[in-house]
Amino acid sequence: MADRLVPLGEKRLMDVKLGELTSWLGTRDFTPNGLLNGIRRGHDRYYNKYINVKKGSIGGVAMLLVGYVAISYIWGYDHIKHDRWRKYH
Amino acid sequence: MVQASRSLHSSPQSLAPVPPLPEKGGKIRHGIFPEELFTLLYPKTGVTGPYMLGTGLALYLLSKEIYIINHETIAAASIGAVIIYGVKKYGSQVAAFIDKLNEEKVAKVQEVKELSMSSLAQAIENEKKEQWRVEGRHMLFDAKRNNVAMLLETNYRERLHMVTNEVKKRLDYQVQLQNLQRRMEQEHMVSWVEQNVIKSITLQQEKESIAKCIADLKLLAKATQARTTV
Repeated sequence: MADRLVPLGEKRLMDVKLGELTSWLGTRDFTPNGLLNGIRRGHDRYYNKYINVKKGSIGGVAMLLVGYVAISYIWGYDHIKHDRWRKYH
Repeated sequence: MVQASRSLHSSPQSLAPVPPLPEKGGKIRHGIFPEELFTLLYPKTGVTGPYMLGTGLALYLLSKEIYIINHETIAAASIGAVIIYGVKKYGSQVAAFIDKLNEEKVAKVQEVKELSMSSLAQAIENEKKEQWRVEGRHMLFDAKRNNVAMLLETNYRERLHMVTNEVKKRLDYQVQLQNLQRRMEQEHMVSWVEQNVIKSITLQQEKESIAKCIADLKLLAKATQARTTV
């Protein structure tokens, strides 16, 4: 399928096979600089795809807000747990 | 730190002219779900796949009380209803307004670009004109050469005149000198001869010459008398 063999470190996450996942994680750059680079690249991808266009839609901002709501629910779950209606599910 | 979008001369692509912004962003369905999710599930589950996934997930979260219904749920539901109503009703108007703002910004920048481009085109025109003018420089040099030649000629003639005048003056002087010399010699000689002659006339010779003159005059008178009577 591929026209040449790509070294493992340069493959993207979607192209990595399950068995190679751990070794692929080993090649990733987890230094603070590397993390910042990763964050910036992710931000650029999202920004250029949904916000930096001539006719943007509300989805660009709405997805971020929904993500914020979801994360704040997850972080507050230990506190919300006490409002459960039933003890056994 | 260098921005990732502005790496210095590392890619063969050049950054100018900057490619235009894409017209529309990535597609999003129902405002929060990107289209990629639907495309991912389409081959295996068809069109209703993602919706079934959503329903199943929601029921699971509710039944296991991973999502808990409390006062916040009601608040979230009301806020969500208001937001959705607002977006559906006024979304297009707000979009048009923002598009207009954007248009104005773009138009202003476009103006600047047009201005600079026209000024540059004008500069090119001027350059071409100057190049054309350069071709006529041989005429300029001919005129200058003529000027210089004329100046040289004038100067030469002036000097010639001057030389002639000076030489003529000197020669005139010499001529006058010679004339003067000769005249003075003549006068001197004449006066000297006169003086000598006068000196040489002794008294005796003076009396004899006077008597001779009187005798001659008497003879002449007799001759004329005789002629008149005859």
